[in-house]
Amino acid sequence: MNATDAGIVRATQAGLPLVPEPWRAVAESVGITQAQLFARVAAMLADGRIRRIGAVPNHYRLGYTANGMSVWDVADDAVDALGAQVGALAFVTHCYRRPRRLPQWRYNLFAMVHGRGRAEADAHVEEIRALLAPALRAHDVLYSTRILKKTGLRLA
Amino acid sequence: MDELERAVVNRLQGGFPLVERPFAAAAQELGTDQATLIAKVQDMLAAGTLTRFGPMYDVERMGGAFTLCAMRVPLADFERVAALVNAHPEVAHNYARAHEFNLWFVVAAAAGAQIAPLIAAIEAETGYPVLELPREQEYFIELRLVA
Repeated sequence: MNATDAGIVRATQAGLPLVPEPWRAVAESVGITQAQLFARVAAMLADGRIRRIGAVPNHYRLGYTANGMSVWDVADDAVDALGAQVGALAFVTHCYRRPRRLPQWRYNLFAMVHGRGRAEADAHVEEIRALLAPALRAHDVLYSTRILKKTGLRLA
Repeated sequence: MDELERAVVNRLQGGFPLVERPFAAAAQELGTDQATLIAKVQDMLAAGTLTRFGPMYDVERMGGAFTLCAMRVPLADFERVAALVNAHPEVAHNYARAHEFNLWFVVAAAAGAQIAPLIAAIEAETGYPVLELPREQEYFIELRLVA
């Protein structure tokens, strides 16, 4: 990452200024023209360094009060194929393979599910369970009870 | 939640335009005007309906490092440990969860080499081991919760 991009990240990671011309304000704070800023941000969008630009909602405030991290012990030779199917489910917002840490931690597949209430979230978990069943050894759901901290990532 | 708030959540999680007056352009899409949209986003941030408004960066593609950590903390010691963990600016998210592993946080650092010393520091400060669970593979992400 070059110094210009790092400056753009620093200037925007906490959010855009809420003014009629926010990109101009960012460009001025970084010390480049607005046209240069557009080119850099477009490049970061194109190569995936920026996932998207817009509103980041708080799940809880949208009524998604049941936020469960479902964790699954799936056979290693099946986890990638099944993980892709789980990740494609509309109610799954994040899906990752992570290492096991035996003996304390046996689960290698993580899928975040969100429901407007525990019943809805549990139904989502059941749907995942049915999908994984052929290669599934164990699973659990860790519901969040409190947000202790949630900030934009500090990258630069 | 009013109609405009719903529209911000449902239609403005991505695609905020790279133009001179992006709020005016987005407002037109949403059937409102620039000043109303800016005021609405300010209100939603103040109320906590939105946690942020702007570019969402992919830490790993930026060349940084990102990992998930879990700790098993006795309830009597939970608040102290949570405060110590939160005090590190590299800790972006931290959640209490109903499980034997009851503290789950995400660490983001500019370089992978910063992660191990940070975890060691958290272990030393709190007196509890940290289970580090970096992502090895990502299966599709499209965060699109509807309001």
